[in-house]
Amino acid sequence: MPPRRFLTILLPAFAGALFVAIWIFVRASLSEDFRFLLPAPTEVLAAFRDHGDELWRATLNTASGATLGFLAAVFVSFLLSILLSLSPLVRVTFYPYLMLLQMTPIIVFAPILVLWVGAGLKSVTIITFLICFFPLAVNTTQGLVSTDRNLVELFQLYRATKFQEIRRLRIPAALPYFFTGLRIAATLAPIGALVGDYTAGSSAGDGGGLGFQTIIYSSQAKYPALFATAAVCCALGFIFVAGVLSLSWLFLRKWHDSYDRADT
Amino acid sequence: MPSTASSSAKNVSPAVEFRAVEKRYGAGPVILDAFSLTAAPGDFIALIGPSGCGKSTLLKLIAGLSPVTAGALLLGGRTATPERASTDDELAYVFQEPTLLPWLTVAANVALPLELRATPPDRRAELVRTALALVGLEPRAAYYPRQLSGGQKMRVSIARALVLSPQLLLLDEPFGALDEMTRDRLNEELLAIRERQSWTAFFVTHSVAEAVFLSNRIVVMSANPGRLHREIRVDLPYPRTPATRRDPAYHALVDEASQLLRSVEDTVAT
Repeated sequence: MPPRRFLTILLPAFAGALFVAIWIFVRASLSEDFRFLLPAPTEVLAAFRDHGDELWRATLNTASGATLGFLAAVFVSFLLSILLSLSPLVRVTFYPYLMLLQMTPIIVFAPILVLWVGAGLKSVTIITFLICFFPLAVNTTQGLVSTDRNLVELFQLYRATKFQEIRRLRIPAALPYFFTGLRIAATLAPIGALVGDYTAGSSAGDGGGLGFQTIIYSSQAKYPALFATAAVCCALGFIFVAGVLSLSWLFLRKWHDSYDRADT
Repeated sequence: MPSTASSSAKNVSPAVEFRAVEKRYGAGPVILDAFSLTAAPGDFIALIGPSGCGKSTLLKLIAGLSPVTAGALLLGGRTATPERASTDDELAYVFQEPTLLPWLTVAANVALPLELRATPPDRRAELVRTALALVGLEPRAAYYPRQLSGGQKMRVSIARALVLSPQLLLLDEPFGALDEMTRDRLNEELLAIRERQSWTAFFVTHSVAEAVFLSNRIVVMSANPGRLHREIRVDLPYPRTPATRRDPAYHALVDEASQLLRSVEDTVAT
């Protein structure tokens, strides 16, 4: 056990160091004229120092948009999934429109959204919501209707009410599916917020987020700051996914096979 | 006493009575045809027959999971309807699979039928303890199903069925997936529990030996459509123990039932 745990830290650290080494090497092999295209790691670190305040503020803005949109998507998709799971008729009625929602290109929709609710946090939240919604709704619904037939019969036999069946059987049984959707949504939420901010963020009052900052840095040719922005986006994504994975561990580790350990 | 219940049940209404029951699903083929059978309280009836003879369907009808197409089915002298079948805490079902909820502990799984009926929590805990003690799994109360062996899971399933103190126990090949040693042990345990409780049992199985060991009546069925072919009385005295399996009378009955089953299966094959 201990050497294995050690390896799970050591190996990724080694891969990271290798990556930075290649980065430095590639930069060194570029001619002087093109080195601005790939800033050195030290330059990126310096950008963090120089633009720290605005990056921090932008990160908070993007993170709030991502979190709000994500949570709203979880809440609404959960209620909708329960509704969809109640009857196949309801499903066939609404599924095409759910698909349609997923097909709608956000880039096209964003300007309309800005007209409706104005640029800023509201637009970013709605765009994140739209991007997260589909994988959540589809997975949760799938989970709710995939309950083991025998277990459903067991509940019928004990004359469980429809409410008991949903609350005590279908929802717990759907949790693994729900968390699959949640994991996908967690990777999409920061990206969604970023894209939303890029297209519908702007500095309307709240100074904009990371997407807006991206526009500014690229227009000013501040490439190290762009790399720093990308790093922040990655970190944000990691936090989201780590949060969901911990939550999933908390709910499923005791009973679900995906957390099975031989030594229980 | 369960062992004498069937003979002394003259004035008690039968536990289950099939009167020329016919069953088909929609416009499909006839699954059960003119099936008549009367089970007295305390009877342990084993159902054997080739696959497709409607053994499991029979249990589903009793459980009210599915309505009869024609004829009548009476439980305790009253017509069985899906609405009524299990409202009186009188009926429990043990499936082929343990069908436990994997996210609940052993104790919570056994408590499920009580919880669905809003039994008060303190009473619930007591009943669960008693049921788990019956199957010898009290020390595993806090375990999750995935931590148990196949035999232990089945024991939990039986404890869950017994927690409502049923009058009627329906078992659909409950030990079919277990190894022979475990199966024999569970058979003995089931009969030991029966000595302490009084229920009427319908037990579907593919194992003739199991049918003889457990039941006082074996119903041999034929298939396409499912019909009652012959009934064998098993007059081995209860309580039955591992020694019963060495009794010449036991072996004679196993032979008789096996031959009967083979003749039924042959007619299906041709």
